[in-house]
Amino acid sequence: MVTAASPLVAGMDIGSRSIELVLLQDGQVVHWDLLPTTFDPLGQCRSLLARVRAARIVATGYGRKLLLENLDNPEVTAITEIQAYALGARRLFPEVRTILDIGGQDTKAIALTSDGKVAKFEMNDRCAAGTGKFLEFMAVALQVDLEKFGDFALQAERRIQISSMCTVFAESEATGLMARGESPANIALGLHLAIIARTAAMLHRVGVKPPLLFAGGVAHNPCIKSLLAESLGAAVLVPEQPDLVGALGAALYGQKLVAPE
Amino acid sequence: MPTPYDEMWEKLNLDLTAHEGLLQVLGKFYGDIYLTQEGRLKGMEYLDFVLSEVHGLRIKELQEARAQGRKVIGTFCVFVPEELVLAADAVCVGLCAGAEIGKEAAEKILPRNTCALIKSFVGFKLSRLCPYIESCDLVVGETTCDGKKKAYEIFAEYAPVHVMEIPQMKQACDRELWRAELRRFQTRVEEVTGQEITAARLKEAIKLVNQRRRVLQRLNRLRAAVPTPISGRDVLLINQVSFYDDPVRFTAKIGELCDELEKRVKAGEGVTPPGTPRLMLSGCPMAVPNWKLPYIVESAGAVIVGEESCIGTRNIRDLVDEGGETLEEMLEALVDRYMRIDCACFTPNQERLQNIVAMAKELEVKGVIHFALNFCQPYAMEAFKVGRALEDAGLPMLGIETDYSLEDVEQLKTRVEAFLEMVR
Repeated sequence: MVTAASPLVAGMDIGSRSIELVLLQDGQVVHWDLLPTTFDPLGQCRSLLARVRAARIVATGYGRKLLLENLDNPEVTAITEIQAYALGARRLFPEVRTILDIGGQDTKAIALTSDGKVAKFEMNDRCAAGTGKFLEFMAVALQVDLEKFGDFALQAERRIQISSMCTVFAESEATGLMARGESPANIALGLHLAIIARTAAMLHRVGVKPPLLFAGGVAHNPCIKSLLAESLGAAVLVPEQPDLVGALGAALYGQKLVAPE
Repeated sequence: MPTPYDEMWEKLNLDLTAHEGLLQVLGKFYGDIYLTQEGRLKGMEYLDFVLSEVHGLRIKELQEARAQGRKVIGTFCVFVPEELVLAADAVCVGLCAGAEIGKEAAEKILPRNTCALIKSFVGFKLSRLCPYIESCDLVVGETTCDGKKKAYEIFAEYAPVHVMEIPQMKQACDRELWRAELRRFQTRVEEVTGQEITAARLKEAIKLVNQRRRVLQRLNRLRAAVPTPISGRDVLLINQVSFYDDPVRFTAKIGELCDELEKRVKAGEGVTPPGTPRLMLSGCPMAVPNWKLPYIVESAGAVIVGEESCIGTRNIRDLVDEGGETLEEMLEALVDRYMRIDCACFTPNQERLQNIVAMAKELEVKGVIHFALNFCQPYAMEAFKVGRALEDAGLPMLGIETDYSLEDVEQLKTRVEAFLEMVR
């Protein structure tokens, strides 16, 4: 039973594309919400927080410092996405040893120790190749809704290779393929395969130990999920709400701050 | 804004408008990164002064030396034996190559996928922004990597260049090659300066350079204390300044700074709060004003206690044996000392791995950050082996590849902060 005295702890993941909020009380998720980041991430954070009364906020993601620097009450702590994902993932699947997060601008591969600590991590560099942004651009180029892009690619009849990972070059490569009469679904699959090639290389650099959790907005894409499982030859766990893992982890970190074990 | 140095800069054929812009950016950058630090040593005032006069007073000194008939020889690499330059009564200046400012000019003649350091020195020359390069009677290049090797061919069209061939292995025949290269360099220096390098002069020069190495070794011993009494940024700056300041004055000033440090260490005073994670940097040299990564690391709540790089321990670890009496013996001592350099241009390069692991253990660091410039094959490739050697020793490593631009600062912060969360 939740008592009136238990403080509410908010975890916020301020990403390049969306902002997620998870609220914990006594270690249980009592509320969650999300909004697009827009050009005013701070305003969006304030809107999300206006609907709840949190005693403590832990911010993570690309915009974590924004909240840290602009919000005085309640107290804000910032942690990196790496730590937030590690905490969130272990809460959802306590055995997880490897995490893949593909977000709007970043791809992260994280290896965990058997007791859940971050052992090693890799991130993409400043270029958005292989991230959600890449899929977004390519979906536009092929005139498919981003949400349906994965299903669209799964209708492909054959595998074609797209070697360029640069958003700009891949687009011209796709245009070239279209001009040669290649079907859009085949091209879409080729683009998905290109992401998998890059992602798998990143995962292998940290070492892929099962079980593997796939999170972040791109984990909604069924084609990436199945190609990933195929490429790694292992099962891929995707949480029900893959975008919330970072915010959940941040909230769990906050829970430890208000009620140390 | 007019300065007392305008006439001098004009004589050196600098692009005055662009140069003024460079000094403003440098001043602002220095203010943000250095002058905001808390608990700085009194002795750092000298470094602040030297840096504020980096293109002023020191350049004036170089012009005065030249007016007296002395020559100025510029270098880019710790392989170039400064002893031979000083023995010919020339002034030796390490050219910095740590700014992005001449990049556009450099990319007109260099491929885009060239490392930032090469683009920087070529860019400085083409944009007429570096009074050191313009003061040089000779610029010494070297074959440490393919990029530098080929860039000097182009650079030679703009300035007098002497290129030394650096061996890539450490066999007997490589020593032979290096000995021959020292001889060839000696001849070139003698030609340029019109001075004969005698045994007596070389002996003095060897002592002088060793003295500077000793004071920097002392600095490193003192900063190794727990808690560390000085920021990593400040030690990096001291190492950077050691390449272009007058060696006698520099050695004396850093000696005074070390006295101050000694008192701090005895009193157990640290420059950061107790429990601040200690980290070490390893990899490519960080030339003035490339303070980007140390600033990010120390702003994230860590303190750097060692730099395994050419602007760091690689330049000062080994002394030249002072026992030689004849020119022959002293040249042999120089061969010995310089062949101990563990640059990533060597293959295999086991010594570097051993040195990094030993250094990390001695300094009691929580982890190592490996810094490679984008497109620097030797260091970027060796990062893999460094990471494995450290892992075997139970030490985590974060590999960073970046350049001088500030566009990836946010991504770097995330990596560095995540690494700190991991090692804390």
